[in-house]
Amino acid sequence: MSDLPNIAVICLMLLVTYGLRAGGFWLMGRVALTPPVRRGLEAIPGSILIATVLPTALRAGPVGWIVVSAAALTMWTTGREFLALIVGFALAAGLRAIGL
Amino acid sequence: MPHHPPPAPLIVTRTGLAHGVRLSLPFVPGFLVFGAAVGTSAGQKGFSLLETMLMNGLVYAGASQLMALQLWTDHWTLTALLAVAGVVAAVNLRFVLMGASLQPLIGKAPKRIVYPSLFAMADANWILALRYHTEGGRDLGVLVGCSVFLWCLWVLAAIPGYLAGAFIDAKTWGLDFAMLLTFTSMTVPVVRRARKLAPFAIAAGVALLASWLVPGYWFIIMGAAAGAGYAAIFGGDS
Repeated sequence: MSDLPNIAVICLMLLVTYGLRAGGFWLMGRVALTPPVRRGLEAIPGSILIATVLPTALRAGPVGWIVVSAAALTMWTTGREFLALIVGFALAAGLRAIGL
Repeated sequence: MPHHPPPAPLIVTRTGLAHGVRLSLPFVPGFLVFGAAVGTSAGQKGFSLLETMLMNGLVYAGASQLMALQLWTDHWTLTALLAVAGVVAAVNLRFVLMGASLQPLIGKAPKRIVYPSLFAMADANWILALRYHTEGGRDLGVLVGCSVFLWCLWVLAAIPGYLAGAFIDAKTWGLDFAMLLTFTSMTVPVVRRARKLAPFAIAAGVALLASWLVPGYWFIIMGAAAGAGYAAIFGGDS
């Protein structure tokens, strides 16, 4: 199997990702939505986002957490995603230009 | 949060589709830059432009695509394939929780609309649809509209990334932060609107600890499960 075409491996990745995407929805359709289950599901969005952003920013080093803090602050004060992104990119480029 | 949502039917309207596209607009720059970055990496691994676009379209999960590309080889063994499948599953395990969280909101929707939409579920359109339906929206067009729009964008973004990869150093321009910054901009409104912050504090603490102790991307699912578990068990009072 050493000469597998790229598309075959891409299809393997497709099976894994669609299985995960559809699997959680399908599975939860078979579980009773009791109040605790509902509370848990409602806490998922914020929990996933926080659990992704903070460690990823820290792992990216000083530039990572400075850039993420600035973007978060911009988002918090202005509520504009686009502005937060521009501030982040500009700050990252600037910090790298001065060698951080 | 209403425990008995109104039984109005979940439908797809043209207005909903347009609303979905409009809601997605803030995420256009992040999707373009990150999709292009994945295109660049695929090109460097010897992918054709068609293969690059197919990967963006069929897998549609940027961080895991980048991770898998690092493991890409010309001589596939069973172990190498399992490694790719394992990495893709680990980085995307959050999809299970994301899909689960949609069930109370659109679980009654027609399967022929929901299951194809789930194929294009990414963090941004998931958050948008979740917010819309949590606030009582009943138009599935919002989910379909933002899903299809952002998916197309992601597939097309592979083209400039693939072509320009040789000339632009993403790091110089901070473009390697596209995913992290998009996630940051999604996080702030969710935290701001939340009535209870304890589950998020738990999620943050567990994720930071896990990222320090456990290699790889397990911190996402460990932190998320801790936050959701805390809300389920202790979130009832106050």
